[in-house]
Amino acid sequence: MAKGDEKKVLSTMWSAGCGSHGGCGCEIYVDGDKVTRVEGDKNHPFNQGRLCAKGLALPQYIYHPDRVTHPLKRVGERGEGRWQQISWDEAYDTIEKKLKDIREKFGAESVIFCQGTGRDIGGPITFLMYAYGSPNWVQVGLAGHACYTPRLGAMFATQGHYSVADCSQFLEKRYDSPEWTPPKYIIMWAQNPAAGCHDGFYGHWIIDCMRRGSKLITIDPRYTWFTSRSEVHLQNRPGTDGAIALGMLNVIINEGIYDKEFVENWCYGFDELKERVQEYTPEKVAEITWVPADLLRKAARLYATNKPSAIQWGEPVDAMPAGSVVAQAINHLWAITGNIDNPGGNVIARNSHGVTTYPFSSAELTKLYGADLVKKLNEKRIGADRYPMIKGFRGWVQPDVLIEQMETGKPYRVRAAWIQTSNILGGQASDPRRHYEAMKKLDFIVVVDLFQNPTSMALADIFLPAASICEKESFRSWWQPLGVSVKAIEGVGESMSDWEINLEMAKRLATTPIKFNTVRELIDDRLKDGNTSFEKLKAKGCWEYPPEGHNTRPYYRYRRGLLRADGQPGFDTPTGKVELYSKRYEDWGLDPLPYYEEPKESPVATPELAKEYPFILTTGRRSPVFFHSEHRMIPWLRELDPYPECEINDRTAEALGISSGEWVYIENRHGRVKMKAKVTPTAHPRVITAPHGWWLPETEGKAPNLFSTWDYNINNLTSMGNQAKSGFGGTDYRSGLCRIVKVSDGKE
Amino acid sequence: MPRNGLLIEYGYCTGCHACEVACKQEHNYSEGMCGIRVDELVTVSPDKVQVDYVPITTRFCDLCADRLKRGEETPACVKHCQSLCMWYGPVTELSKMMEDKPRSSLFTPR
Repeated sequence: MAKGDEKKVLSTMWSAGCGSHGGCGCEIYVDGDKVTRVEGDKNHPFNQGRLCAKGLALPQYIYHPDRVTHPLKRVGERGEGRWQQISWDEAYDTIEKKLKDIREKFGAESVIFCQGTGRDIGGPITFLMYAYGSPNWVQVGLAGHACYTPRLGAMFATQGHYSVADCSQFLEKRYDSPEWTPPKYIIMWAQNPAAGCHDGFYGHWIIDCMRRGSKLITIDPRYTWFTSRSEVHLQNRPGTDGAIALGMLNVIINEGIYDKEFVENWCYGFDELKERVQEYTPEKVAEITWVPADLLRKAARLYATNKPSAIQWGEPVDAMPAGSVVAQAINHLWAITGNIDNPGGNVIARNSHGVTTYPFSSAELTKLYGADLVKKLNEKRIGADRYPMIKGFRGWVQPDVLIEQMETGKPYRVRAAWIQTSNILGGQASDPRRHYEAMKKLDFIVVVDLFQNPTSMALADIFLPAASICEKESFRSWWQPLGVSVKAIEGVGESMSDWEINLEMAKRLATTPIKFNTVRELIDDRLKDGNTSFEKLKAKGCWEYPPEGHNTRPYYRYRRGLLRADGQPGFDTPTGKVELYSKRYEDWGLDPLPYYEEPKESPVATPELAKEYPFILTTGRRSPVFFHSEHRMIPWLRELDPYPECEINDRTAEALGISSGEWVYIENRHGRVKMKAKVTPTAHPRVITAPHGWWLPETEGKAPNLFSTWDYNINNLTSMGNQAKSGFGGTDYRSGLCRIVKVSDGKE
Repeated sequence: MPRNGLLIEYGYCTGCHACEVACKQEHNYSEGMCGIRVDELVTVSPDKVQVDYVPITTRFCDLCADRLKRGEETPACVKHCQSLCMWYGPVTELSKMMEDKPRSSLFTPR
């Protein structure tokens, strides 16, 4: 059949395939039983017809020859790469028996349930885990749990709900909505929105806002497209963002340019905050951050005196030495300027229609699984006993505590792992070698994924083939609109969706019977909160915004009594106000006010070490064509970003005798990896930036090579155990030390 | 018949590569072949380093002739450009549009 005669299926992207944190609306074209192409859906308000490179490469992803499309069991030793195809029944039976045995002998808590980046997978994985009875939901190796959770925790403590930069995404008419107005200034804080795919945020909305008059203030150690178009660029030393936030608070408070009406009526603890920020004068901040004092003042004044203005922030905030504290200080910036839940400010973001995709909060958990479970979870959840904020905010394991526990077996041994679409060793884990050694010793490991990767090859006993986003039914309420993912084709080979796999496993393992026969019943049960169903949403083009007046729709909900359970005006915090002095932090044994903490290793903290390793290493530089460790095997994408490249300033490179395109080693006291040098004046002379998640799927998969992950994965230069006092934040992903050595001089 | 082309306001191109992959998907081009390429330009003035991206059509650009015959409104790159900085249409109209777009270029492949 010629192109153009195909069937067109509308769907929502939020899973493996495009990668996607987003929620783009797509047209999936199907010829017979085959996807021929994937395009953006012009009628979908999220992306308005556009689509990123990763979404456009979906056909190559779905039909890639390396995709694993049948259940496998390991027949050699772990890492030998010897697999035997088995039936789903055999796979399910084996897993059921193993996991039941382990639960009987050692308790359900000895099995960890591991996910990677936060997309629809959180739903099926927690569903299975709670059915089995384990409290241990974890992003293994994600040091300091540094990916959004610290920011979410800080916002939960400070204002009761989460906020994001308002680019009209909560209104179906988008930029034409009469109640919306563009931000006058957008502070781009430690994020390159044009690359990457950010939590519920389509990066090019920033460009849409620029077209409508928004100006930019950018905080970034590199020169980028955005810094080139910014009125102010604060080129800071990596790791010092907390000092910038405190310095801006100092200027805004001392110059009296905050929103006095909002602070008076809706904030708690202003005097305490004022006193705290006195020590962070722009001059002191300049010494810490490399940012000139007058430039900091300019940024603070522009932001505070042009209302509305918004802040859009990135993962480096979480990775700061005290991630949840840095996030708190940035939250205070939009709070004291009254830029909260106003059009063009930092609008409160809630799950659309109140539908729970996966339960984060105790309230959501209680509703889905009952109060007993919530209480029980905290008794054995790894890290909950040590960190009150980990215990009090969301049901995750603290990953730095987990690696210790896997090594020591105390207070109890971790026996097994269910790893679902998470490339731990080649992706998120700091110090992957340490995780490899610890996880190799587990008794039983299931990997659910679409491709073999360093983690599955090194660790899996059973490999279950998962379906891509075009091959499954799912739903999304993070944040808006409420959407469903529609199955355009059957799973390739024997692959099954994460929801199907986990519902079947849950039925087999549950201690109380599962009430759903099918995935559709489960999805419809969750969608009930939105007074809708899968079929209804599908018929509408797969998305819907909440009705007028709904508490998940903006603006100014704190004035209208739409944020608190008791229906009173105000914020969902102990004092009912935005807490500049945080009662929740105080309850959790933390400093209720923000402060600055220096990275553990830096030219300031460890000057002797910095002589040996003179550059600051900041990792996780996003590529527009890959999502984390995914997509390296997709030809259309790999062609555009063929090698791992570290950015080195041109003068620095000249002094080192390094030219562009040359292979170099990046070394520090944790190890060394190889990358090509991209010599460029966009890099700061003292900072090396490197992308994360690199492995070479075209090289040997068997151990010890494991797709070359030890040679190219920058996380080999990062470490665990740097977590913040709260347990949230604190890693060296963004602010380590390193040196650069030419490979031709290499001390092999 | 009027001659058609592509107007690209490259001042807004962020280098996201969506146009390139859209082109490859539409034509099912193999490695190395593509109707459009995006180049990074870095310029240095005394106080600032600027980063710009410039898409340029190649010999493989056919303005999505087959796609448009199928009834689609625009070439795949224009539809998917995430910065919405590409337009397709008669060259005479596009060149008029250029007057308001200081950093733009016009391509007229055939």
